[in-house]
Amino acid sequence: MIETAGLTKQFGDFTAVDGIHLAVREGEVLALLGPNGAGKTTTVRMLASILKPTGGWARIAGYDTVRDAKVVRQLVGLLTEFPGLYLRMRALDYLDFFGQLQGLSRAQRSERSEYLLRRFELWDALDKRAGEYSKGMRQKLALVRAMLHDPQALFLDEPTSAMDPHSAKLVRDAILELRRDRRTVILCTHNLTEAELLADRIAIIRRGRILALGTPAELKARLLGDPVLELRLAGPLDGLLADLQGLVTIEDHGDTWLRYRTAEPDRINPRLVQRLAERGAPVVTLSEVPRSLEDVYLRIVNE
Amino acid sequence: MAVTSFQGRLGRSSLSTALIITRRELRDSLRDWRIIVPILILTLIFPFLMDFTATAARNFVLRYGGANAIIAERLNPFLLMIVGFFPISFSLVIALETFVGEKERNSLEPLLSMPISDGELYLGKMLSALLLPLGASYLGIVAYLTGLYVGQGWLPEIAVLSQVVLLTTAEALVMVSGAVVVSSQTTSVRAANLLASFIIIPMALLIQAESVLMFWGQDEVIWWIIAGLLVVDLILVRMGMRTFNREEILAKEMDDLNPKTIWRDFWGYFSSPPRLAAQRNHTASARFDLLRIYTHDIPTLLKTHGLPLAVVLMALAGASLLGVFYAARFPLPAGSIQLDNLPTDAFERLPNVEFLPHFSTTGIFFNNVRAVMLAAVLGIFSFGVLALILLMIPLAMVGFFTFEISLLGYNPWVFVMAFLLPHGMIELPAAIIGTAFALRIGAALVSPPMGLDVGQGFLLALANFCKIFVFLVIPLLLIAAFVEANLTPQIVLALYGGR
Repeated sequence: MIETAGLTKQFGDFTAVDGIHLAVREGEVLALLGPNGAGKTTTVRMLASILKPTGGWARIAGYDTVRDAKVVRQLVGLLTEFPGLYLRMRALDYLDFFGQLQGLSRAQRSERSEYLLRRFELWDALDKRAGEYSKGMRQKLALVRAMLHDPQALFLDEPTSAMDPHSAKLVRDAILELRRDRRTVILCTHNLTEAELLADRIAIIRRGRILALGTPAELKARLLGDPVLELRLAGPLDGLLADLQGLVTIEDHGDTWLRYRTAEPDRINPRLVQRLAERGAPVVTLSEVPRSLEDVYLRIVNE
Repeated sequence: MAVTSFQGRLGRSSLSTALIITRRELRDSLRDWRIIVPILILTLIFPFLMDFTATAARNFVLRYGGANAIIAERLNPFLLMIVGFFPISFSLVIALETFVGEKERNSLEPLLSMPISDGELYLGKMLSALLLPLGASYLGIVAYLTGLYVGQGWLPEIAVLSQVVLLTTAEALVMVSGAVVVSSQTTSVRAANLLASFIIIPMALLIQAESVLMFWGQDEVIWWIIAGLLVVDLILVRMGMRTFNREEILAKEMDDLNPKTIWRDFWGYFSSPPRLAAQRNHTASARFDLLRIYTHDIPTLLKTHGLPLAVVLMALAGASLLGVFYAARFPLPAGSIQLDNLPTDAFERLPNVEFLPHFSTTGIFFNNVRAVMLAAVLGIFSFGVLALILLMIPLAMVGFFTFEISLLGYNPWVFVMAFLLPHGMIELPAAIIGTAFALRIGAALVSPPMGLDVGQGFLLALANFCKIFVFLVIPLLLIAAFVEANLTPQIVLALYGGR
């Protein structure tokens, strides 16, 4: 659905995006993570046909973002970093304006606006002007604007920023629903938990380059090594450590607990538990030590 | 790829798309009492105040009779112009708000993501900035004229009314299109307001000039002003369309009128070989190499500036012919120019003429250098036109005097050979080259080189001018001044001297 090759953008002698290669499938959610100024927004602007690349190319549903700019802008929805609403307008007028620019008929504009405003719990605020909205409501209205024409691909820049937990969940649910509807979503966010929760794949970007790309599990394995498992016993470990050394790599241990790494937990863990049982050391718990995406992110970005 | 059922049809015309934007912006302006209240006052109260003023002033002036009647007669059209102008001054405010204000409030990017072209967006916003003030202006004119008709029974001639309406419309368009250009250089309304003085000051001067012409009764000159304004409108609209596009808008995250950056870019263009300097991303400076400048940079620059050089040459040919035409139309009386038997101290007496430079190498040299520099400065503010005119004036005079001389019975070729050729064969090419590069500075604002934005294009043209000026024009002018001060007088005296 989204393809780029060597996508590059230079402003004068500053390279904002430096040769990005991407392929995002239909129905896939890709999170773009990176520090401020990493090139996420510029990438999205090029994908949304707002900026022209100075090198490489990008295609949305097969349409070139430069040559077929108008078609691409019809196929995508963009939630910008700032809501950028017209504060003197009411929600329905606002959406009607953007619907007209998208070429929707009056009936389509009306039907779609009502559906989305109800979906994001803004229907009860119809008599208010956007200037009277809370920050979260403004963000939701901006999201509704981006979704108004039911685009094939959505580019969402910080979609849940400034939202209360309830509204943020509404938006996250909406993104999951979009995925179910086979819509492609690119999500720029600093919220790593959200990225892990929503994204099929994550791209970590810094200084305009993609430093890592993969599923959260792949990235963790690649950057943080084999999974770390923690085992707790009913009794002391006395003399058992030496016996387990050949089987796993021991990271740390206490009197009754042990942390180890293994590349093949499915094969090794049953053997380990069996060996301990044979030695009369019953296992109380065996679990994977959670490793956060934050660790992965910080590791990449700090390198 | 299956297309969603909600995908709209975009078969509409560009004007329809632009009008969607215009309608929204007009509604937004009409909701803003800070815009509406002053416009209502200027439309509905100010004209009647002007009616009262016009009648009172007319009656006062007529009390003294005689020649004063002409003042009374011309007061009404003058005030008609003033009534029309005040509401359109709001077009500048609205334009700055709609272009740079949207950028500042971050509401422009959602618009840029819509399936509309830069031109449609520009047109929509231009119309929205123009329609309300122009509507108010026309309404004010109608109100003023109604009051005058009722009070004095006066109605303007169709020509006068057409002039005022056209002036008002063209001035509004100048302000709005100028505001777009100003907006493109800033990201905040505050900075744009500061830069707006580049529009306000020329407009204020223009209104003063128009006022004088109205009282003077120079209708023909006013038509020329209208024509000039329409040309400026075209130039500014073209500039606006080049600067108001997604790339330019989003590439500017902050006001980049930063002297350090400007100097760095300028020096990068100045010090680099021309082809490298013309690349969009080239701002790094190169090693200063005098030999390279003379063997490569200057020949390349002259080759790449064929068009402005041709334009200057054609303009000069035209100016010379104009001089000949006026000489034929207004021949000087016989004996008014005496070239025979020139006294040997003829050139020594020249410095006594105040407006001419001191007749010495330095005097002539600095005068010519000042003239080329003035051409460059005027070129910036007039899109190159005044740079051209500045050089056309002396050439028209040359044409004029050469033909007059021939009418008076002298051989024009001998005159040219004696008075002009010795230094002119060096000075004229220097002036033509200098003017052509000055013309390019002004033209760069309207039509920057391919791949460069307006600011970069302007700096590149300025750097090219400076390079040519310092390393080619100045040395040539120095040689020419030496020849003019020392050799030309000898030749003239040899050919025409006798006493």
